[in-house]
Amino acid sequence: MLNKFPLWKNLLVVFVVLMAAIYSAPNLYPDDPAVQVSHEDSDITQFDLGAITDALSAESVSYFGEEVDGGTGLVRFSNLEDQLRGKAIIEQTLGNGYFTALNLAPTTPGWLQAINAGKMSLGLDLQGGVHFLMEVDMDAALQRRMENNVSTIRQILRSERIRSRSLSLENSNLIVARFDNEESRSEARSLIRENFADLQNVTREQGEVFSLELSLSDADILQLQRDTIAANKTTILNRVDSLGVSEPVVQQQGSNRIVVELPGVQDTAQAKRILQRIATLQFHLEAAPGAPSTSYTTYEYQGQLIDVSNDVILQGDRVSNVRSALDQSGLPQVVINLDAQGGEQFSRVTRENIGTLMDIVLSETKTRSTFTTAADGEVTEVQETYEEKRLISHATIRAALGREFVITGLSTTEANELSLLIRSGALAAPMYFVEERTLGPSLGAENIRQGTQAVYLGFGLVLIFMVFYYRIFGLVANVALAVNVLLLIAIMSIISATLTLPGIFGIVLIVGMAVDANVLIFTRIREELASGLSPQGAISAGFNNAFSTIVDANVTTLLVGIVLFSIGTGPVKGFAVTLMIGIATSMFTAIIVTRALINLIYGGRAVKELSIGKYA
Amino acid sequence: MAILSRQFDFMSLAKPFGIASIAAVVISIGSLLINSLELGLDFTAGTLVEVGYSQPVAVGEVTERMRVAGYPNAQVVAFGSDQDVLIRLPVDDTVSQEEMANSLVSLGDDILAALDDGSGVELTINRLEFVGPRVGEELAESGGMGLLVALGIVMIYVAIRFQSKFAIAAVIALFHDVIITLGIFSLFGLQFDLTVLAALLAIIGYSINDTIVVFDRIRENFRIMRKGTPYEMINVSLNQTLSRTIITAMTTQLVVCAMLFLGGESIQGFAIALTLGILIGTYSSVYIASSLLLYLNVSKEDLMVPIKDNSQDSTP
Repeated sequence: MLNKFPLWKNLLVVFVVLMAAIYSAPNLYPDDPAVQVSHEDSDITQFDLGAITDALSAESVSYFGEEVDGGTGLVRFSNLEDQLRGKAIIEQTLGNGYFTALNLAPTTPGWLQAINAGKMSLGLDLQGGVHFLMEVDMDAALQRRMENNVSTIRQILRSERIRSRSLSLENSNLIVARFDNEESRSEARSLIRENFADLQNVTREQGEVFSLELSLSDADILQLQRDTIAANKTTILNRVDSLGVSEPVVQQQGSNRIVVELPGVQDTAQAKRILQRIATLQFHLEAAPGAPSTSYTTYEYQGQLIDVSNDVILQGDRVSNVRSALDQSGLPQVVINLDAQGGEQFSRVTRENIGTLMDIVLSETKTRSTFTTAADGEVTEVQETYEEKRLISHATIRAALGREFVITGLSTTEANELSLLIRSGALAAPMYFVEERTLGPSLGAENIRQGTQAVYLGFGLVLIFMVFYYRIFGLVANVALAVNVLLLIAIMSIISATLTLPGIFGIVLIVGMAVDANVLIFTRIREELASGLSPQGAISAGFNNAFSTIVDANVTTLLVGIVLFSIGTGPVKGFAVTLMIGIATSMFTAIIVTRALINLIYGGRAVKELSIGKYA
Repeated sequence: MAILSRQFDFMSLAKPFGIASIAAVVISIGSLLINSLELGLDFTAGTLVEVGYSQPVAVGEVTERMRVAGYPNAQVVAFGSDQDVLIRLPVDDTVSQEEMANSLVSLGDDILAALDDGSGVELTINRLEFVGPRVGEELAESGGMGLLVALGIVMIYVAIRFQSKFAIAAVIALFHDVIITLGIFSLFGLQFDLTVLAALLAIIGYSINDTIVVFDRIRENFRIMRKGTPYEMINVSLNQTLSRTIITAMTTQLVVCAMLFLGGESIQGFAIALTLGILIGTYSSVYIASSLLLYLNVSKEDLMVPIKDNSQDSTP
């Protein structure tokens, strides 16, 4: 019973502590508020930068670290207020054609960036900003899909000369077709089955009326909901990008909601305007060579310049479904379904243009500000909306295309991306704001101040108490506690968790509870000493006997943490994450790190007495 | 510590404390039924705006301006200093806030416009929270569900690791903690928001942790002590774990109190719930969980399941 750790265990402890120190280090380097400048079609030059710095100096806004890197310019500021003023000044100075975005420029040393050591991001409650919870109107999405189906079915029945009494959408998931006789109904039924694999049908008779009820299965509705929310999320991501916010958060919550968090944004109204814009999708043909330059628009697509005819062959609202799938030979493809009218229109155009390239253009409405200076020097900001158009697909028409066609020759990621983009233009459903929170930056600063004060005081009191009560052993527990906090911060930084106010209190609570494992071990050692064991024997028996208690007690707390994580949203989730990681790290530090230190101090030699406080 | 040197007959007080606990639970349930909980914005839905003034402002004045602007049900209270007010708008106020949230006008701008009396006093919105009615309802449901799921999972784990009598005793103790904490929130009209719900779950975590430590000792003593009645063995176990119980409760209370006094207004409910919960949870491990074991006639036979000898475990 010499209480010595094998070398590898000691090395493990040293290694873990070292890694924890390195990976928590980036949190010591706070980001600088910065403004990033770019130009529509040329690089930012030193000349532009000079103009910016001159203007900033003239308005006596202090700045530093201005640089040009890879065609974009960056100017750093010492606080958020200067950053906002700086952005306005830069926008005025440079005029149209330039884009400015608020940014957080890292100050982390290069070698830390090189090993991918990042920092925890601050939650909205700590830095201010807006939080929206948007609900996607799934019923509207379903309704639209079924309306498309109704119009297609009508077209099919007409072309096959099947007479129906009526055909209508009774509710968002029920199409009812009524026929005069059994024969027409069964004909219609087999046609619908052929064309709509996803529609389930039920037949019903009422006197002379033979009706056919069509609806989507629950699984198909679920799939539709999944596609719709993904489409809406893509749309929001694109729009948030145009806001120029650093570190925005766009996340799905539950089955039909999307959380949008925009740190630093204070103008809620503008953010809302942008989030509610609708994107549109248009299908074009490639311009014929030698066509007059007024008849086409040039887009950049995968590094190439493509001339796209201005004639629209199909509007995006004719698209009824989009999905990425694999073809028979396992190659990725994007499958697009059109409604009846769209299908007819499309087959006519494509039949005449086999071998031509077809282009899909996604347009989104965005806003930008322009500044005009009146004669009296008064600067007014005018917000104008403009359309941003992107070419998202460029493919050859191989055959006459009908209601369902595929785009091939893509990689799996490309196929997924393309189907998402098409969906965001064609399938995005209306969204409503169901939650809105705005936090001023001063409140965030106040929360940080109070949070850190509470952490320091709580931590300090625990440290003092432990040394007072357990002497050297208490000191060892304190070192373990410090390692615990270091580990906790390192892990949270590695998974780039968001630090919220409840998260900070999660850390505080962990500090209070983490000593529990050490207290369990130390009281056990005292007991063993009191029952007459030698100091070395007592250390060994104390650690061993407390082990299963510690595991049992912590596993139950961990289980509760998992429940907390799964029901919680936002700040509560942050609290749960801290709690769970903290439980894991505190078990490691209390059992392994403490033992390593105790072994280092007392192990491997004759010891008469342990400095663990009174035990008799 | 002096406490260690004296053997205390905990179980002799099981009955009076048991009666006191039952009384506390009954009062709590009564209060929850009569007063219910003062639910926060997270659950009730509505709007909350914290407005900062550049000069001291009278609450009555703000209330009046809000009334004139078409928010007759706005509740205005001072928040922190006399330059900050907190305005609460119930969700069914004359103006439909959900509609407003979806219009292009920001609710905050609207309220600022309503409050600005043109005297040049600067107004800033420090915080604005709008929660739609459906969100609140769902949150309340999932929160309640979460508590039940947490209790269920704990019960199953304890039943597997210990024995069903231990599981029943542990879960009743947890119910006791949660109900009394809720009862105190209800009795004193403290606001119950999302952070308090998180605190309740943390309390469950803390309390079960405490109970397990005691149970672990009881199980160990049942296995190694040759003589003695369950009554004596539980008493011995409680005495053996007493100093740990007190120290852990104390260190945790130290940090929670730091939170309570320094953490600021927005975290107050959370800190109060934890402070109460740790006290109640510590008490319940002794006088609810352990007394119930006795009441359920726990015996040596209950723990005679063949479990491998842990004493020579290869722990570090």
